[in-house]
Amino acid sequence: MNPAQSTSQTKGKAVFAGPAPQEMSGARILMAALKSEGVDTVFGFPGGAVIDIYDALMRTDIRHILVRHEQGAVHAADGYARASGRVGVCLVTSGPGATNTVTGIATAYADSIPLVIITGQVPTHLIGNDAFQEVDIVGITRPCTKHNYLVSHVEDLARIVREAFHIARSGRPGPVLIDLPKDVAKASTLYTPPSGDVRLKAYRPNYRPNKHQLRKVAGLMAEAERPVIFAGGGVILSGGSEALTAFARRTATPVTCSLMGLGGFPGTDPLWLGMIGMHGTYRANMAVSNADLLVAVGVRFDDRVTGKTDAFAAQAKIVHIDIDPTSIRKNIPVTIPVVGDCRLTLEALNTLIGENLPQDLPERRAPWLDRIDAWRRSHQLAYRQGDAIKPQYVVEVLHRITGGKAIVTTEVGQNQMWAAQFYHFDRPRHFITSGGLGTMGFGLPAAIGAQVAFPDELVVDIAGDGSIQMNIQEMATAMQCGLPVKIVILNNGYLGMVRQWQELFYEKRYACTGMEVQPDFVKLAEAYGATGLRATRPDEVEAVLQKGIETPGPVIMDFVVEREESVYPMVPAGAPITEMLLV
Amino acid sequence: MTAERHIFTMLVDNEPGVLSRVVGLFSGRGFNIESLCVAETIDPRISRITLVTLANPPVVEQIEKQLNKLVNVIKVRDLSGDDSVKREMALICVQAKPEHRAEILRIVDIFRCKVVDVGLEHYIIEVTGTEGKLTALLNLLKPMGIQKIARTGTVALLREPN
Ligand SMILES: Cc1ncc(C[n+]2csc(CCOP(=O)(O)OP(=O)(O)O)c2C)c(N)n1
Repeated sequence: MNPAQSTSQTKGKAVFAGPAPQEMSGARILMAALKSEGVDTVFGFPGGAVIDIYDALMRTDIRHILVRHEQGAVHAADGYARASGRVGVCLVTSGPGATNTVTGIATAYADSIPLVIITGQVPTHLIGNDAFQEVDIVGITRPCTKHNYLVSHVEDLARIVREAFHIARSGRPGPVLIDLPKDVAKASTLYTPPSGDVRLKAYRPNYRPNKHQLRKVAGLMAEAERPVIFAGGGVILSGGSEALTAFARRTATPVTCSLMGLGGFPGTDPLWLGMIGMHGTYRANMAVSNADLLVAVGVRFDDRVTGKTDAFAAQAKIVHIDIDPTSIRKNIPVTIPVVGDCRLTLEALNTLIGENLPQDLPERRAPWLDRIDAWRRSHQLAYRQGDAIKPQYVVEVLHRITGGKAIVTTEVGQNQMWAAQFYHFDRPRHFITSGGLGTMGFGLPAAIGAQVAFPDELVVDIAGDGSIQMNIQEMATAMQCGLPVKIVILNNGYLGMVRQWQELFYEKRYACTGMEVQPDFVKLAEAYGATGLRATRPDEVEAVLQKGIETPGPVIMDFVVEREESVYPMVPAGAPITEMLLV
Repeated sequence: MTAERHIFTMLVDNEPGVLSRVVGLFSGRGFNIESLCVAETIDPRISRITLVTLANPPVVEQIEKQLNKLVNVIKVRDLSGDDSVKREMALICVQAKPEHRAEILRIVDIFRCKVVDVGLEHYIIEVTGTEGKLTALLNLLKPMGIQKIARTGTVALLREPN
């Protein structure tokens, strides 16, 4: 039966208030449910358990990005979600298809990224029989999803998809997995398009901050002599960057961000302190350590941020704003907890403070801001130029010639930290990096996802020569789908960040961090039908970057950099963040 | 900071995998479980889990928040105070040599528990009570030789209708 016909027929009878139910297969219900969630793209890889779903997918206008490895599908959906703020969607088969998604799911979970992952499953009557390509993916992903489902009855499918999207995108976002057995995808039932809000009795995130707590925060803000705002990924996820910027400027309060918060506050603003933590700037770490008030927004006080927790912000009263109550007082004692959405809370604070700000506030802040400026002048982020290309220089030139406007993804290691330090992010959702899990191989597929979301933007993956090889197969995806991502490899021939630890803390015993055999990245790009470029001297850097950016289609730029360059400042793991090793 | 015993009671969706979510939370985050008791409530869609843990105050706060965060956990309550009733049941198989039989029965009588199985050389005793009562009984029976024991773990309810 033609679905459109059936709708109009039933409508004619005016029996139902909403759209009429239709008899549909699970696979088609899934498509209808995805459409009603506004899904325009699915990242995936087919297999036996999802053939029916692919068959239905083909008959929709949903775009499918065929990856080369399921891990790539999840990272790409993740990059799409981080860049666009929408829910990323993946579709993979059962067994190995499902297990291949686990690293991607854990990556998204660690950074609170909204994803819906649909895995095929063996038919329900075979579940538990060690059937071909059966794994208990719901069991495997329980600790790294926000929630997950096994769909046992086709009648539950539409509701589950709707709940999954609701859970993924609301509250503290996160990945939700739906495991869909093959017979459920084939079975059919009446499908009624959903209407109204999802209501779950045990899941009601609290968005609105407590007014009483907010007044206390405003009071502390007015009294503080040495306040610092510390913002994280929550600001970006909630769309709170503007409110944060207004809050900081209005209260003349300097701002630092965690890695996940970069871009949440303009990296070129005079109140910007730079990133905090293990590879944070001198002034950010000093400011937080000397502050009398720390307003933490959408952060979780990761150990890479705090160093030794007893010494962290030891002179400060701490306000902690977060939508997730479990983040509060998990690692750091807090003076004023505020449970709420970061954007709504900052907006409420702006309203409250707008009315009650002391007149002399800017003057009172002056000595504090002067002190910070002295720290800035005494210890700039720096590196020494030499004969070889400095990786920091590559990022600096990239920043200059792209006007700071590119969407930058990274791999993990030194490349990630140099990107964070030297590409001064001014806008949210332009720095896409695996912060919590630190997943090598994230950057290329994430760039592909971001490029799908923003086909006309420049998307650059700043990569290490080690990490890029972990998902290099996605070059084929970029080629097949016409996604012109640019890859900047800072090629030091080492697993650089691990080598750096070995240099500093293991007396230069470089155990297994030398990459003695490397592919020729230029030829590798060409093998995929893409463009490969190389620079080996500092004076070639700008021209190669310029050419790489201007060349249509995917490009790999191989920068052969100083082999044993290290990321500074560096706080040894577990030390107070004032104990920085400097250049 | 010293660890304290806390009794959490929670209503959860009566669905496959929910217990695993709760237990996985504890094992994954290194929280301790002293005892655990699960069964359906009067509403077949909802089960009650009673869980006893030993943890210091910040960890107790985390446990409660983390439990609340689980999508299938409807309501969590810390019943460690005096405003709740707590009970545990145990079946104790005690060696019953002829010279001890009378003594065991006397103890059973004093503790108002029951002998639910008798053999030539054993009694199985059913006891319900507070943790203190069970411990006291076990201490008295130990010298006779406790052969096996099965305990339910604590269940608890607030002394209020809801
Ligand atoms: C999947 C994975 N395996 C191992 C690590 C540990 N690790 C962290 S950084 C790093 C080195 C990365 O080397 P490369 O990609 O060449 O980047 P560089 O540090 O040299 O910039 C390694 C091995 C990781 N983060 N992720």
